[in-house]
Amino acid sequence: MAPSRALPRPTPETQHFWDGTADGELRLQRCRACDQTYFPPQPFCPACASDDVEVVRASGRGTLYSYVITHRAAPGFEAPYVIAAVELEEGPRLLSNLVDVAPDPEQLPLDLPLEVTFETFGEVTLPLFRPRSA
Amino acid sequence: MSSTGVAIVGAAETAEIGTVPLSALGLATDAARRALADCGLTPADVDGVASSGLSPYLPTFVAHSLGIEAGWVDATMVGGCSNLVHLRHAVAGIEAGQCDVVLVVHGESGRSALGGPLVLPGPGAWQGQFELPHGTVGPMTLLTLGALRFLRDRNLGRDALANVVVAQRDWAARNPRALRRDPITVDEVLGSPVVAYPFTRPMCCVTTDAGGAFVVASAARARDLRRPPVHVLGTGEATGAAMASQMPDLTSSDAFRRSGAAAFAEAGLTAADIEHAMLYDATAHLPLMALEDIGLVPRGESGAFVAEGHTAVGGSLPVNTSGGGLNYTHSGMYGMYALQESIRQLRGEAAAQVDGVTTSLTHAIGGMFQSAATVILSTEEPA
Repeated sequence: MAPSRALPRPTPETQHFWDGTADGELRLQRCRACDQTYFPPQPFCPACASDDVEVVRASGRGTLYSYVITHRAAPGFEAPYVIAAVELEEGPRLLSNLVDVAPDPEQLPLDLPLEVTFETFGEVTLPLFRPRSA
Repeated sequence: MSSTGVAIVGAAETAEIGTVPLSALGLATDAARRALADCGLTPADVDGVASSGLSPYLPTFVAHSLGIEAGWVDATMVGGCSNLVHLRHAVAGIEAGQCDVVLVVHGESGRSALGGPLVLPGPGAWQGQFELPHGTVGPMTLLTLGALRFLRDRNLGRDALANVVVAQRDWAARNPRALRRDPITVDEVLGSPVVAYPFTRPMCCVTTDAGGAFVVASAARARDLRRPPVHVLGTGEATGAAMASQMPDLTSSDAFRRSGAAAFAEAGLTAADIEHAMLYDATAHLPLMALEDIGLVPRGESGAFVAEGHTAVGGSLPVNTSGGGLNYTHSGMYGMYALQESIRQLRGEAAAQVDGVTTSLTHAIGGMFQSAATVILSTEEPA
């Protein structure tokens, strides 16, 4: 059997994020005190330390901030593939993979509009991104 | 803030680098014994030990192995800049009277993995939840994540990365200990196998077994020792974002900026005073970022600065004169080897010696921009 992909193990602080991906939602957190929307998940605001925070559903839309095309594969992957920094409409960035597009710089101009899509591996669903029409 | 009264009084690397039949601890103690011999001290003279590696207890192993009864210990582990952080802490410890002679040691079996495996973050860590499931393959996919945006923002092409390699390979050609010494052209760099686009193999560092050590003491103590002291004028350390994707700006490291500014402030110097620089280069874009972030060139001008030959042999600011991590040696945490080359240049004993260097800056990254440290060293004792 081929080695499988490293999968996340949710912690109490991040459980809502992974519950969200399983339900087909990308969930961020927003601070009611300073209006900061933030990632990674934690129960207080990294900008102002307030614990008056709420979980919000992100639109799932973002743009391609930067990326690499790795020619060395991690376990469970087939190279080459794209590892991207995706800038979400709400502000935070996620590290993710691009799907439904060739791992070819010609196809991947920076700021390319993207949208989230979800793929389930065992008991965990990962947020991935694909190009969207602008 | 004022310049310190503390100096590096002895320094050495392991006898061999590359593929070395020693464990990480064996590499560390080989370097430590050579550094002590360099300045004529013995383990009995040492009362402080600093080291970092995959075991948090490494300084105690080093002390035990060498028979040192340490009364001051630092195991700060924040990645490749840790040994620079140790130097900063040693300066503070000596100035506070907590210790007199500190041994800072590094050993790493980066190529052969003797004495312990690489440990990946667990699945519940931030990296384990938000990076590894997306197939990250270590530094070459994380340090490099913002590079295309860095180049685009500055209207640079991939040749800007290749120019760094070419300039440093020319330094390496003068260093018999460097692993990669053959001259290389921009076209050859760009035409080499891709590791992680836009990076080709020569744009990524070598992987070696290596170690290094240096001895820190007061400038007063240094006067009684046999080697020319290398004075510590200023140091800085800083934390950055916990994951590369979470940096406020992937084209500029806030940790680089803050640690650089702290070192210059303490030294009372400006960029114009720096005659030689070692800028941690696990990948070819890091020296470009460091040049800008620590203010050696204005933001946006690093590519042109390198392209015009300023960092190369004969240039106005020689950079990475050992060949750097790209060509000389890189065991996983490179900061020690960057510092060693600054020390060699200031003692006038480098393989590719630059004439008349009196002030050298060493800058190192830790993790994937998670930390940084900067050290300014001089042949001159601060007034």
